Amino acid sequence: MLRAALSLLALPLAGAAEEPTQKPESPGEPPPGLELFRWQWHEVEAPYLVALWILVASLAKIVFHLSRKVTSLVPESCLLILLGLVLGGIVLAVAKKAEYQLEPGTFFLFLLPPIVLDSGYFMPSRLFFDNLGAILTYAVVGTLWNAFTTGAALWGLQQAGLVAPRVQAGLLDFLLFGSLISAVDPVAVLAVFEEVHVNETLFIIVFGESLLNDAVTVVLYKVCNSFVEMGSANVQATDYLKGVASLFVVSLGGAAVGLVFAFLLALTTRFTKRVRIIEPLLVFLLAYAAYLTAEMASLSAILAVTMCGLGCKKYVEANISHKSRTTVKYTMKTLASCAETVIFMLLGISAVDSSKWAWDSGLVLGTLIFILFFRALGVVLQTWVLNQFRLVPLDKIDQVVMSYGGLRGAVAFALVILLDRTKVPAKDYFVATTIVVVFFTVIVQGLTIKPLVKWLKVKRSEHHKPTLNQELHEHTFDHILAAVEDVVGHHGYHYWRDRWEQFDKKYLSQLLMRRSAYRIRDQIWDVYYRLNIRDAISFVDQGGHVLSSTGLTLPSMPSRNSVAETSVTNLLRESGSGACLDLQVIDTVRSGRDREDAVMHHLLCGGLYKPRRRYKASCSRHFISEDAQERQDKEVFQQNMKRRLESFKSTKHNICFTKSKPRPRKTGRRKKDGVANAEATNGKPGDLGFQDTAAVILTVESEEEEEESDSSETEKEDDEGIIFVARATSEVLQEGKVSGNLEVCPSPRIIPPSPTCAEKELPWKSGQGDLAVYVSSETTKIVPVDMQTGWNQSISSLESLASPPCNQAPILTCLPPHPRGAEEPQAPLHLPSDPRPSFAFPPSLAKAGRSRSESSADLPQQQELQPLMGHKDHTHLSPGTTTSHWCIQFNRGSRL
Amino acid sequence: MGSRSSHAVIPDADSIRRETGFSQASLLRLHHRFRALDRNKKGYLSRMDLQQIGALAVNPLGDRIIESFFPDGSQQVDFPGFVRVLAHFRPVEDEDTETQDPKKPEPLNSRRNKLHYAFQLYDLDRDGKISRHEMLQVLRLMVGVEVTEEQLENIADRTVQEADEDGDGAVSFVEFTKSLEKMDVEQKMSIRILK
Repeated sequence: MLRAALSLLALPLAGAAEEPTQKPESPGEPPPGLELFRWQWHEVEAPYLVALWILVASLAKIVFHLSRKVTSLVPESCLLILLGLVLGGIVLAVAKKAEYQLEPGTFFLFLLPPIVLDSGYFMPSRLFFDNLGAILTYAVVGTLWNAFTTGAALWGLQQAGLVAPRVQAGLLDFLLFGSLISAVDPVAVLAVFEEVHVNETLFIIVFGESLLNDAVTVVLYKVCNSFVEMGSANVQATDYLKGVASLFVVSLGGAAVGLVFAFLLALTTRFTKRVRIIEPLLVFLLAYAAYLTAEMASLSAILAVTMCGLGCKKYVEANISHKSRTTVKYTMKTLASCAETVIFMLLGISAVDSSKWAWDSGLVLGTLIFILFFRALGVVLQTWVLNQFRLVPLDKIDQVVMSYGGLRGAVAFALVILLDRTKVPAKDYFVATTIVVVFFTVIVQGLTIKPLVKWLKVKRSEHHKPTLNQELHEHTFDHILAAVEDVVGHHGYHYWRDRWEQFDKKYLSQLLMRRSAYRIRDQIWDVYYRLNIRDAISFVDQGGHVLSSTGLTLPSMPSRNSVAETSVTNLLRESGSGACLDLQVIDTVRSGRDREDAVMHHLLCGGLYKPRRRYKASCSRHFISEDAQERQDKEVFQQNMKRRLESFKSTKHNICFTKSKPRPRKTGRRKKDGVANAEATNGKPGDLGFQDTAAVILTVESEEEEEESDSSETEKEDDEGIIFVARATSEVLQEGKVSGNLEVCPSPRIIPPSPTCAEKELPWKSGQGDLAVYVSSETTKIVPVDMQTGWNQSISSLESLASPPCNQAPILTCLPPHPRGAEEPQAPLHLPSDPRPSFAFPPSLAKAGRSRSESSADLPQQQELQPLMGHKDHTHLSPGTTTSHWCIQFNRGSRL
Repeated sequence: MGSRSSHAVIPDADSIRRETGFSQASLLRLHHRFRALDRNKKGYLSRMDLQQIGALAVNPLGDRIIESFFPDGSQQVDFPGFVRVLAHFRPVEDEDTETQDPKKPEPLNSRRNKLHYAFQLYDLDRDGKISRHEMLQVLRLMVGVEVTEEQLENIADRTVQEADEDGDGAVSFVEFTKSLEKMDVEQKMSIRILK
């Protein structure tokens, strides 16, 4: 019926589809001389077809996702199977025979490994091991139970005469069928459950079961198959024993192969520091090698690759670079998604091939009913036993979902295709039944499980952002529990986990992780690090809001008014984490909003200010190529941050707020350059370029007290944050000449929308257009003296960049009233405080600032110019309680 | 088995059970353990007794947990005191919440008490607040040596700031509870065998 409909549908397409098949014949007879054009379809046929199939599948995926409504109701796997049916119908109608189908060889060797690797590698290992007992029970006992009961019941059905006698099968045949149809399929479970979002315990149990039951399925299948081939009469008692033994061999052997390869993989990646580029490749190669090795030794390949992924992840992630990590992640996801798509599509296509079908309603219906019934019964029985041992029992609703979530899929189909028709005469019936079962579970159960979960009010998974407190306390709890188990004298789960962690820390991690990487993998550190990155990103992305009075709020912090205070402090204090910050981590930030923001940001970055970016980018490139030291990661990050802040800021401001207060940004930029300059000279004291320069000490002070109390009022926060103060050194002072840059940069979040006292305190520089600082590759190379100063620099540049840009306000005459001059701290300021309001922009700049329309065009230029202007400064001090206090040598160009 | 029968004599077994909610079997088991830990049969445990437990020595929080058995600086803990501490880790059962009697004090294994146990491991000076310094000390115990002191301080700062709501630079118990409100503390601070 369905097939008829399909072929009807295919008819009008037949003419069009005929065309491509004609193409191979087009070359005609070869011309005698040089051929200008040759058509060699046959040479590329196989890979071309593969690529074409994947392309079709991917396009289909895109089409499905065009409509949110459809994908929210119908799982993708259903749609793909249906698409496969349609395509299969078309092919059948055109070629008059079923051309393509899911070949077991292709499936097991190429399509399955990526999916399993992906799931093993990204398996939440803690959750997995927490529930390992339940998972193993369901995987081993449950699968055995399903196989035997289904097989036996079908045999009973046949004995009862409900299965047509033309299905020639004995008890062993039915057991064989039962063994292949009983296993819950990882591909189908993953495809459906990923969209359902049940709570993670439930998910890990069903999914873990589907992965681990492979060993049981393989063994059962092989044992039954060989028994069938031997004939039931020849099976001896020892064969049964061998069957049981092989269960252990196959499962433990598979796991062992996986762990060995995980070890190798981790060890290999420890030494890839110089050849980062092959890191992702190694991950895939060794994991695939694990799969193939296990397959070669007839062990459970799925188990092997799962264990490989599970085992190596911790070490591999620590060893490989950020970019490799991202690459591994995306490649794995892409491959798995491709494979999954192709599998479901091919499943649909294969179903069309009627030559393999032999329908028997009794068998089909019986199988459907039995697998559902026995699955449910098995789950209930096992759960009852398990709940005696579980701290958190699985309740009835969980059991319903687990029973109903027992989806069958492509593994069963591939196994049934592999049957030998001569040995198993009922193969065609089994194939048809398997196809129906797979379609039923994937389509009917897949479609209904979402409403069911909703209706039963199954606890959904909830994503909450990690907080340092949670992470820390969770560790505390673990340690407490381990200690209490020690005290109680019960060597339970926590005891062993603790032992394992000790062992891992003492030996494994030492052996498998790079020394430098080891630290980073500390979980508390990791959370801290990710939070910081998120803050940094949001810091960048919220740049546009800095002008608004709302201030900067960090998403990772609990929302409260005083949050702003902590944010900058954190950014300021982030000293150490600069070591490996890399904006690529955007990808690992979970929050969708963050990601959106980041995308937006990249868009803005990419679309505007190319010249500026290019200039900066070349700097970063230089950095990377220069040396491979850790320190440079940090520098790159700093550069990145600067660049991003810069471009983002300027984009925002130029496009939207040309009117916004311009000065802080300029001073900020100059400041940055100054710092960089100073650092460069510090790093190389003998640098020729800076020899006869007057030194000015910039005192950068950060103020971080009392903000919490008056947090609710942004106005009050105006004077918080980091204040950069330039002070002349005594030598300079003696000359009676003020030569430092005076800078007061309010922290970005507190910049008020209207001129307030803080704004008035914003720094100005007077200048006659002379060049204060050269922007050279020297100056932009920040060579951190140590981590703290390195970070401080980047922070100060962040700070300054975050201030509004200075497209406007060509002349700044207003001077700070020094509202808080009285509270000046110990900072010995002997500078003449008479402000010299002489501040001039180069004409081009002023113009750019004034005219909105021209601003974008002029901007690159402006940006290039900015660091070069302004040099004569009056010093302006802003007091603050100093928590961090450091001096930076600022060398002014000799041109001054 | 012979030794087990000798444990039947637990002084005040009933009142202990009422207070802690332990089952008879658990209490017996704990008493057995208590006597095994009590080296010289002195009828109480000293710090030394607990420090003998090998695995506790490598537990970063081992010392603090041992200390928690000796409230107010006492030198010994008797069996009721021993059980009282362990009662924090009894799993929360349905009947516990159902038979919640407003007159009765909160059971020792309530969420609040579990959290309070963890809290006092941080709060060394018993002022009801985890100061930055105290947080730093815990972090130093837990985070690997590879993280520098300075970075640890940053983490400590951030941790405190994250939980600190009233801005006093320390984490009070209320704030501590709040920072963990999304966590399944009942589950994470329970040991199944301590029914």
